[in-house]
Amino acid sequence: MSDPVPLGLVATARALAARELSSVELTGALLERIACANPVLNAFITVDPEVSLRQAAAADERIARGDAGPLTGVPVAHKDIFMARGWRTTCASRMLAGFVAPYDAHVIEQFDAAGAVNMGKLNMDEFAMGSSSESSFFGPVRNPWDITRVPGGSSGGSAAAVAAGLVPAATATDTGGSIRQPAALCGVSGLKPTYGLVSRYGMIAYASSLDQAGPIARNAEDLAVLMNLMAGHDRRDATSLARPAEDYRRDLQRTLKGLRVGLPRAYFADGMSPDVRAGVESAIAVLRRLGAEPVEVELPRVELALPAYYVIAPAEASSNLSRFDGVRYGHRAASYGDLADMYSRTRAEGFGPEVRRRILIGAFVLCHGYYDAYYLQAQRVRRLIAEDFASAFEQCDVIAGPTSPTVAFALGAHADDPLQMYLSDIYTIAPNLAGLPAMSIPCGFGVHGLPVGLQLVGNYFTEARMLGIAAAFQRETEWHLRAPAAMTP
Amino acid sequence: MDWEIVIGLETHAQLSTHSKMFSGASIAFGAPPNAQACAVDLALPGVLPVPNRAAIERAIRFGIAVGARINRRSVFARKNYFYPDLPKGYQISQYELPVVEGGTLEIPVGSGTRVIHLTRAHLEEDAGKSLHEDFHGATGIDLNRAGTPLLEIVSEPELGSAEEAVAYARTLHALVRWIDICDGNMQEGSFRCDANVSVRPRGQTRLGTRCEIKNLNSFRFLDLAIRHEVARQIELIESGGRVVQETRLYDPDRDETRSMRSKEDAQDYRYFPDPDLPPLWVDDDWMARVAAALPELPAACRARYQSDWGLSPYDAATLTQSRDLSAYFEAVVHSLGATDQAKLVANWVTGELAAALNRDSLEVANARIGALALSGLLRRIVDGTISGKIAKDVFDAMWTDGAVTPGAADDIIEARGLRQISDSSELESIIDAIIQANPAQVAEVRAGKEKAFNYFVGQAMKATRGKGNPATINAILRARLTA
Repeated sequence: MSDPVPLGLVATARALAARELSSVELTGALLERIACANPVLNAFITVDPEVSLRQAAAADERIARGDAGPLTGVPVAHKDIFMARGWRTTCASRMLAGFVAPYDAHVIEQFDAAGAVNMGKLNMDEFAMGSSSESSFFGPVRNPWDITRVPGGSSGGSAAAVAAGLVPAATATDTGGSIRQPAALCGVSGLKPTYGLVSRYGMIAYASSLDQAGPIARNAEDLAVLMNLMAGHDRRDATSLARPAEDYRRDLQRTLKGLRVGLPRAYFADGMSPDVRAGVESAIAVLRRLGAEPVEVELPRVELALPAYYVIAPAEASSNLSRFDGVRYGHRAASYGDLADMYSRTRAEGFGPEVRRRILIGAFVLCHGYYDAYYLQAQRVRRLIAEDFASAFEQCDVIAGPTSPTVAFALGAHADDPLQMYLSDIYTIAPNLAGLPAMSIPCGFGVHGLPVGLQLVGNYFTEARMLGIAAAFQRETEWHLRAPAAMTP
Repeated sequence: MDWEIVIGLETHAQLSTHSKMFSGASIAFGAPPNAQACAVDLALPGVLPVPNRAAIERAIRFGIAVGARINRRSVFARKNYFYPDLPKGYQISQYELPVVEGGTLEIPVGSGTRVIHLTRAHLEEDAGKSLHEDFHGATGIDLNRAGTPLLEIVSEPELGSAEEAVAYARTLHALVRWIDICDGNMQEGSFRCDANVSVRPRGQTRLGTRCEIKNLNSFRFLDLAIRHEVARQIELIESGGRVVQETRLYDPDRDETRSMRSKEDAQDYRYFPDPDLPPLWVDDDWMARVAAALPELPAACRARYQSDWGLSPYDAATLTQSRDLSAYFEAVVHSLGATDQAKLVANWVTGELAAALNRDSLEVANARIGALALSGLLRRIVDGTISGKIAKDVFDAMWTDGAVTPGAADDIIEARGLRQISDSSELESIIDAIIQANPAQVAEVRAGKEKAFNYFVGQAMKATRGKGNPATINAILRARLTA
């Protein structure tokens, strides 16, 4: 049996459909691989072989009955931010360290209905706050390309698991870059869809107006298949958009001839390390060779994205995380005096330092007397940034640039400097503020042989076109086919 | 000193929807603790609020009924504070942009009316309940009520006395039931008031420092709490003290208000627009559909009773206390087919019927005499078959038996032989016999003593066992005795 997993989701599904191997065999093999790799990578918080194998057996029956869909029996793992009934769901926090989800997130329902096998819950930054997956209560995730380095974050477990070939695909979420930045740092492909395309029901909220779920996989076609499953209206999320279903694979074979690729001056200024610049520029050369036409565009106020984000996201988070109060579920301090003491001890113990920092920032910017100067001002900036993108998209079809200013950094490198850590998301935050779709695909290797990611930002609802651009790029290059040597089975 | 009292009311009306403001759980009263708290109400990780269209529609209905502006775009905001019965750690409410702004309510004052202006009405969700008594050394939490839809209706500080505050609350209470947005059940907390009370020397334009009295769930407590609070504030100022802005609780057992928290402890609720909920849009089409479905409003109804049917303002006000009562009244009038008898109907509905309902603690919808049956009874007064006095006996009999058909009164009149004697010759022979038997009284009448005349009327009624037509008896006696 040849191992289809490193080839990706569609290749794996094809092998299962052709009965070249059973889902039980594949699931078993991957569980063994996870058991070997996870003590090092720490990509998974929870694995439950019994449940996964049971799902695999059910999928095999479906396949035997001829009742299989495109993902039946395919192993997929989920970021531990998604509620999955019966599974411990922690958001990588001590606050929920023993919490078993009593219901399924919309995204989980979609995968279950398709017959995908849930391989487990993936590690991440605590409550999705971070860019390195080091803030997890369950310990840091390590980058499969170099285990002394971070995988990026907050969906570091998702990116690391796919990069290491532990699963062909994983779910993730992106509030300010949490899908794209780890995808870039781990050399895999990730898509953050237009805000509202994927239901947030059952996805533990960090910053509700920015959070968006999306897939991480090995290539554009896999992402398209996953989008077909994940996107869709859900009445349980009032921000979910009611749009007709679309086939995200429809532009995969489309030519890039005449495609106008916008290169924002701001994204190519200082700040990008030379190896990342080299990777991104060579990628643009490839796009040009494929018939695309680079145009320079302006995003004059995009430099305000980072400060605006660090007002809006903490403000929403401070309120979203109020429900973790020790009253109904989750961690509660073992001893306390009065009610106020129960709250403060419970929350001081249950939340890690980065989460506490953002809650405090958020509570501060919403305070009477500061609200206008911080929160309202940030919302104004947010509108201006959306306007910047709108005018840029009058001149181009897609925007290209770096995903992350550097390749993967060393564990602990930014431990004492949160601001340095925040700068890691300098290129990824603006699309979240505007609600635009954005993705990262591998486009080369930089210093120490570490992956570099190319970010594509599209106009609203242009995911299919963006996936087509990525697919054309991936037919022309093989960066996405590389796997970390130590992890190659 | 002459003190002016200034009161504004904030009223929470629980909207009569099936499910909660932002979840599908039932809001029925009286379920076992937490039996009606779903994942959203429990604020489990990952759950999201979805606005209840029926609740929004009720808010629009209210706005139209009070002539308010319905904001095309309003915004749900989060009010952040920690409390064990507030599962999310915030309450979803409306802050800067409520769904309803402005509007007026006409309230009865003395023999006239006053127009009270409304500030706003906004949608919000209720909190759960903390049960401090049921558990030793611990507090129980019941989240059945958490998420129940409320319309908070805020008046301008225009009410000048406890009486006016109560009149306002009663009028509002009648209105929300009339337009069917709230069941008005005050014992179950479906309709409760917070009163903002301040006093100032008459003539001073600046408002005095106010205190807010929370959670008054009966008209009586509202009245008592305001009276007590006004007296407390005046006494405090007159003895050289100063009113401190604070929230107070009324204790009906001791008839006093006591401090709950002062302004200094007031929390910063860190309001901000709820990012889980897009702005609420109400388009013209939706408004038009809601307006079209509204019943005639009590104010219009009152005006019509007075102008078309000649009722007094008092009767008109009494009959429009509820839509059921007004509907009952109109059914009787229409069935009687004589709008010139509306006053007679009004007297019976506000008199005998109201008394009987009150005695048996029944709502008009459950009256033991249906509108058609009452109309059948009143028809017999109008056509002279029975007198008003006998009619009361028939009414009592109908009430005891239960009566719904138009012929119910006739059956009793026939069965008991209560038909009025209007036949002149029959009455003349009875009266002649009485006159012959009482020569002394005849002399008194002839001497001009009216009292003696009434004696003969009484004797005639007695002889006919109340069935003699009083008008005919009068006429015969006049003819016989004063000729």
